[in-house]
Amino acid sequence: MDSPTRFLPRRLALGAAALSLLAASVFSQMALADVNTTGLAVTDTEVTVGQLHSATGTMAISETGSIQAERLAIEQINASGGILGRQIKIIQEDGASDWPTFAEKAKKLLVGDKVAAVFGCWTSASRKAVLPVFEKENGLLYYPTFYEGLEQSKNVIYTGQEATQQILAGLDWIAKEKGAKTFYLIGSDYIWPRTSMKIARKHIENVLGGKVVGEEYYPLGNTQFGSLINKVKLKKPDVVFTAVVGGSNVAFYKQMKAAGVTSAKQNLLTLSVTEDELLGIGGENMDGFYASMKYFQSLDNPNNKAFVEAFKAKFGKDSVIGDVTQAAYLGPWLWKAAVEKAGSFDVDKVAAASPGIELTTAPEGYVKVHDNHHLWSKTRIGQVQKDGQFKVVFESGLIEPNPFPKGYQ
Amino acid sequence: MNPTLDKFLGGKQGAIGLAVLATLILVVFPLALDAFRLNMVGKYLTYAFVAVGLVLCWGYGGILSLGQGVFFGLGGYCMAMFLKLEASDPESTKIQSTPGIPDFMDWNQITELPMLWQPFHSFGFTLLAVIAVPVILALVIGVAMFKRRVGDVYFSIVTQAIALILTVLIIGQQGLTGGVNGITDLKTLMGWDIRDDSSKMILYFINAFLLFGCILIGRFILASKLGRLLMAMRDKEERVRFSGYDVASFKIFVFCVAAAFSAIGGAMFALQVGFMSPSFVGIVPSIEMVIFAAVGGRMSLLGAVYGALLVNYGKTYFSETFPELWLYLMGGLFIAVVMYFPNGLAGLWESHGRKWLGKLARKPAAPATPAPVAEAPVASSQPRELETTP
Repeated sequence: MDSPTRFLPRRLALGAAALSLLAASVFSQMALADVNTTGLAVTDTEVTVGQLHSATGTMAISETGSIQAERLAIEQINASGGILGRQIKIIQEDGASDWPTFAEKAKKLLVGDKVAAVFGCWTSASRKAVLPVFEKENGLLYYPTFYEGLEQSKNVIYTGQEATQQILAGLDWIAKEKGAKTFYLIGSDYIWPRTSMKIARKHIENVLGGKVVGEEYYPLGNTQFGSLINKVKLKKPDVVFTAVVGGSNVAFYKQMKAAGVTSAKQNLLTLSVTEDELLGIGGENMDGFYASMKYFQSLDNPNNKAFVEAFKAKFGKDSVIGDVTQAAYLGPWLWKAAVEKAGSFDVDKVAAASPGIELTTAPEGYVKVHDNHHLWSKTRIGQVQKDGQFKVVFESGLIEPNPFPKGYQ
Repeated sequence: MNPTLDKFLGGKQGAIGLAVLATLILVVFPLALDAFRLNMVGKYLTYAFVAVGLVLCWGYGGILSLGQGVFFGLGGYCMAMFLKLEASDPESTKIQSTPGIPDFMDWNQITELPMLWQPFHSFGFTLLAVIAVPVILALVIGVAMFKRRVGDVYFSIVTQAIALILTVLIIGQQGLTGGVNGITDLKTLMGWDIRDDSSKMILYFINAFLLFGCILIGRFILASKLGRLLMAMRDKEERVRFSGYDVASFKIFVFCVAAAFSAIGGAMFALQVGFMSPSFVGIVPSIEMVIFAAVGGRMSLLGAVYGALLVNYGKTYFSETFPELWLYLMGGLFIAVVMYFPNGLAGLWESHGRKWLGKLARKPAAPATPAPVAEAPVASSQPRELETTP
């Protein structure tokens, strides 16, 4: 068959094929080289991200919602074609409610797996533990929890509210709506409640012209609130303002109800009870009290309806969605928008492209990334209903994030 | 051989065992592992200090301390305080309301450096404090307990209580200690960046040499008359007392030595990992540290090191490979060890490994000369505590 005359064209054809193959590979290689100049785990078809929450330990109950929301967002992004033509692959690591483990796993994800971004952390302590790792190894963390502020890093995008966003609008509302003048501040004893109460006190005293009649902190996990509740009954503050976290919540509100301190007699505004906590506390034990945060599952808008539906379809119809879960859901979407704007997965470029990113599809409505890497967001007041949901009674305008509030420090 | 040297090395058997471990830690790991994994091994080895201390005071002295995390934590906190002060120079903390103090103090409305922190500007004082603070605490506990002849389970319970008290104290005094978050973001040691790969390598070797130093000291103690007395006390305390020995003093001594070892481990931990938090101080980490010693073999100083390495490697490996399941796997591992190898890895080696090696070399398994240090459980000193401890 192989006559010399036919041989030549065939060789030519082969050569041409090889050449075009080479060209194609160079082309896509160039594309890959374009979007990834720092050796991240990105291939022509795939980009790897990390997920770092506590799947075990005492925080697992809180962080599970975030794990689920991030997975849902990534699944939806993959179904819609991925990011820059690449499917997202997740490497999940367990922080095990243990801060050094968080630091170890963060380093593993960044150095060992070269992930392009990490969605993770929940408590401030875990974030503080991984922050030096992210700054040293130049990683990118999307952090979902509302927190105390006083922090800003090039390597972190904070998708939850910082303290002033959550607190000031809530206090303004209750002062106006209920004519509140006297406040009793109660928190768990660690950095977030203490910073929040510091901000609240300044605002109450300097802006609202009110008075703080009591301020108390209880160790994490404390379950004895009897003497506190007696003091509250004695002082009769217009508002009890709380930032009690974790298991203490259940004890606190049940004992309040048992002592007859209910919404019929007492206004209460909390920063720390979401739908997730209400599952444990029971709606009937908090009926009528208020919470101040940016998201409630009952928000009435098309984005949220679609989100709640997709979440329940995937994780069961009894699952609830709290503030942090929604904030965690924003992480992958904000990352996608920033990567597409930057045209690159490189952390520096994505971080630089992040300020100004808008998301109109967020379940909470519209959000926008500020230069300080926090989100512009609205604050809502929800009133606890017996069924464990909140009725939204107030919605603020868009609030600028201000992690280092002047006059509140 | 020089008899003093012999005491340190623990005879021919001991010297070989030491050489194998030294090769593994000083040659094999640095060559085989990348910087990140090597740093992790360095972290595991800081726990080995605690385990080595526990072999002395629990395996040989019969004093089961369930609060070694206290000493590990105190050593670590002393080191972390020095490093934190260095990281909080006025330049890098200028966004705070009070520049020049650690960030968490600023968050807690503290406006000047507390008295407690002042001496930690000095590195010399810090090194002294790393050892002295835990040892003094151990001394106080030891005198209060052993002089009153509180022992066994009661002592274990008291150490647990102390671990709990210290955790509550650290978390409660967050303006002074950083609270739950701990002391984070440690960067340099006297201007030397401890976060680089090269400095991590250097710290790894410093850590390894300190560990071998502790093992040799441990061997020396066990080979001397004191070591024999410890074992005698563990098995028949009354008889030793009636022979005219001050039992309490020996117990206090070995407890203090274990505390000092743990504290060195804690300080090296703070240096290598770059932070310190109350999660190393409490009851759970303290019990975990006992498990390291138990898995390795509580009668073997070298076994304790293997135990710390193996358990921590297992933790990392299982949690990376099965993030949802790993705690069950670790639990299974502990149960298996306790049920099938009550003397840990070292016991396993004694009963099977050595025989197997002997067959391989076609030599009689028994050592030619009786080893002065019993690295392995002696039949007559079978653990009495096994009945009294879970």
